[in-house]
Amino acid sequence: MSDSVGAAVAVHDTHTGYERLGFVRTYIFSTDHKMIGRQFLFLGLFMLVVGGFLAMLIRWELGWPQTPVPGFGWLFKDTEGVIPPEAYNMLFTMHATLMIFFVVMPIMVGCFGNFLIPLMIGARDMAFPKLNMLSFWTGAVGGVIMLAAFFVPGGAAASGWTAYAPLSAVTEYTGVDWGQNLWCISLFVLGISSLMGAINYITTVINMRAPGMTLFRLPLVIWSLFITAILLLFALPVLTSAVVMLLFDRLLGTHWFLPKGGGEPLLWQHLFWFFGHPEVYILVLPAMGVTSEVLSTFSRKPIFGYRAMAYSMIAIAFLSWIVWGHHMFVSGMNPMIGMSFMLSTMVIAVPSAIKTFNWLGTLWGGSIRFKTPMLHALGFVSTFVIGGLSGIWMANTPVDIFIHDTYFIVAHFHYVVAGIIFAMFASVTYWFPKMFGRVMNEMLGKIHFVLTFIFFNLTFFPMHILGLGGMMRRIYDPTQYEFLQALQPINHFMSISALLLGASQIFFIANFFWSLFAGKKAEDNPWKANTLEWSAPSPPPHGNWAGSPPTVHRGPYEYSSPEVEEDYFPQNRPHPALTGAGSSARVGGH
Amino acid sequence: MSDVITIEPPKTMEQAESPLTPESWGKLGMWVFLAGDAMGFGVLLAGYGAMRAASADWPNPANHLGIQLTAFMTFLLICSSVTMVKSLESIKKGSRSRMKLFLFLTILGGATFLGLQAYEWTHLIDRGLNLYGNPWGASLFGTTFFIITGFHGLHVTAGVIYLSCILAYASRRQDPARNYMLAEIAGLYWHFVDLVWIMVFTFVYLL
Repeated sequence: MSDSVGAAVAVHDTHTGYERLGFVRTYIFSTDHKMIGRQFLFLGLFMLVVGGFLAMLIRWELGWPQTPVPGFGWLFKDTEGVIPPEAYNMLFTMHATLMIFFVVMPIMVGCFGNFLIPLMIGARDMAFPKLNMLSFWTGAVGGVIMLAAFFVPGGAAASGWTAYAPLSAVTEYTGVDWGQNLWCISLFVLGISSLMGAINYITTVINMRAPGMTLFRLPLVIWSLFITAILLLFALPVLTSAVVMLLFDRLLGTHWFLPKGGGEPLLWQHLFWFFGHPEVYILVLPAMGVTSEVLSTFSRKPIFGYRAMAYSMIAIAFLSWIVWGHHMFVSGMNPMIGMSFMLSTMVIAVPSAIKTFNWLGTLWGGSIRFKTPMLHALGFVSTFVIGGLSGIWMANTPVDIFIHDTYFIVAHFHYVVAGIIFAMFASVTYWFPKMFGRVMNEMLGKIHFVLTFIFFNLTFFPMHILGLGGMMRRIYDPTQYEFLQALQPINHFMSISALLLGASQIFFIANFFWSLFAGKKAEDNPWKANTLEWSAPSPPPHGNWAGSPPTVHRGPYEYSSPEVEEDYFPQNRPHPALTGAGSSARVGGH
Repeated sequence: MSDVITIEPPKTMEQAESPLTPESWGKLGMWVFLAGDAMGFGVLLAGYGAMRAASADWPNPANHLGIQLTAFMTFLLICSSVTMVKSLESIKKGSRSRMKLFLFLTILGGATFLGLQAYEWTHLIDRGLNLYGNPWGASLFGTTFFIITGFHGLHVTAGVIYLSCILAYASRRQDPARNYMLAEIAGLYWHFVDLVWIMVFTFVYLL
């Protein structure tokens, strides 16, 4: 709380008012929002490796069906290295679950939410640092439970990440017993973790902004994280309740989702997607926020249409609650209801298009610097446009009924959700200097971007063609179907591209760890950016600013302002006319 | 900057909007938590409503659940909300002993509620109502009953523990401002749990 920080300043001799702490309190059970952010980052990157590995196995099976996996045949001893069908179900289920809940959420929301919110609003820490620590460790326990599912008899969950009942509710249908239970428990635990995170983010943004930091001077990434936190707050309890119901069905003999006992499988679908659609905006909104920061900074231009950007994120968040039915067009619903879901879904295209238009407007006429973060942000915009456009198209009920559960859908959500990986790489490279005090290698970064961007598109674009050709989602062996045999060369090509996409990530891993220990030391403001985090040392100490926290004088995107010599005008720098005249404007720091 | 248009610099610094709860971050934190928690209850009640509306053999709750006992439990919980308010009022008036007395009465109300709920559950289980079936009709009648009242009961249990901690804290510390803040935040939670019970009582017992 604010008063306790004030009291601490008087007691301790360190400038920030935070004591020096031992190893455990600094690196493991830390209450420092920046350390918790870094912990979330490492958790997410580790899970990214696991989830990516599962994707490689999936692509191996689709490219070279029922042949032994080279190098990893020992994982499937009983079948002499061939991935058996049950294991394949487990692979795609866990790939999606890990990527959504334990990669994108920990990195985009957990890591950058924690790291950026206090730094960018000019606060010393989150509102509830201990709750924040608990949130990370609860999330980490959720991750361990999810991974533990691989090692129980029957293996991990195999009913898809959507866990449709009754497939997920009856053990005999998938042969997975405790794997599915652990899936439910893990997501329940993660729900608690994200509730704690949301409470912290919302309270911090509302109550703890620095003097002068009005709502419409907040950087757009903070707007996006704030809106995401509100979505988390309302959406995750829906999933939490639903997985508890599912667990009761599985363990205690209730019949929520089982027609046999008077239950209703569609109830699961409604609950899941009522959570699930806001969830996809939980994933993509922070990516949009990061993109706005990076595009503006590296175009040396103010963001085009700041308020429109903020309002369209609010509109997207609001609309996300009334579109869930578009996931269920073939589940059986009144055509009138289907039509209203179709229309509300298409309306989301309006705020999304405003955002895209504004990104292009930001680039227009800017003096663009193609640094690694900028390349990745541009990569995100382009994949988002492709995924967004296919989204409008398949929101049409007649189209969707034809392509539902085909690879067209898989193509769509990989373009939007897997496309977030570009925003993730943009954020990691952009804020790496602030996080770790060193700059990532530019050459390795560019090689990594170019390879990733090429192989990403070569992997995911052909999925559109396969989908329209009728290839079903989640099938084990396309060559078993006569009408898909002609398409097998495409599958082959995609699998090779996917393996190369996986291999390209070696450049990122190498760059990350090399830069962590031997990268060039970062200045406080290596990108000449305006937002407050760059006014703190790299990396900032516990408490963020020596002396008093900064005071804000303007919006976050005053690049190439005619009022100053340099092409940037930090939020915390008083206007030169004010200081020159000996005004009493307060300046950050002593 | 001489050859460009000069813009009049701002004369004074624009103030940020004031914090919603400048007195305590915890108060806003509790409001935010309650909003999320309300979603959890909302899902259970909505699922209950949907399943009941679609069911052909849903038993009439008035015939099988003891309305008189639960009406008394409702009254008890409402009284405990009143004593919570009285407790806060007492700190404001500077009387720590009265604050502690009313807080104790609130805890007693919650604990009695839990005791009566345990009695009610035992009685109903003896009559054949259980989590996965019952002698009167739709199996989900029992499922929804136990899950919804159970989830609420967990909240009351947590509330009784929470308020006991506040009572213990207030007994040891002589800081009226801090005690007031802690009790006010705990009060928000307690009134929420009370409000949820009125919904549960209406939808699960009365309708």
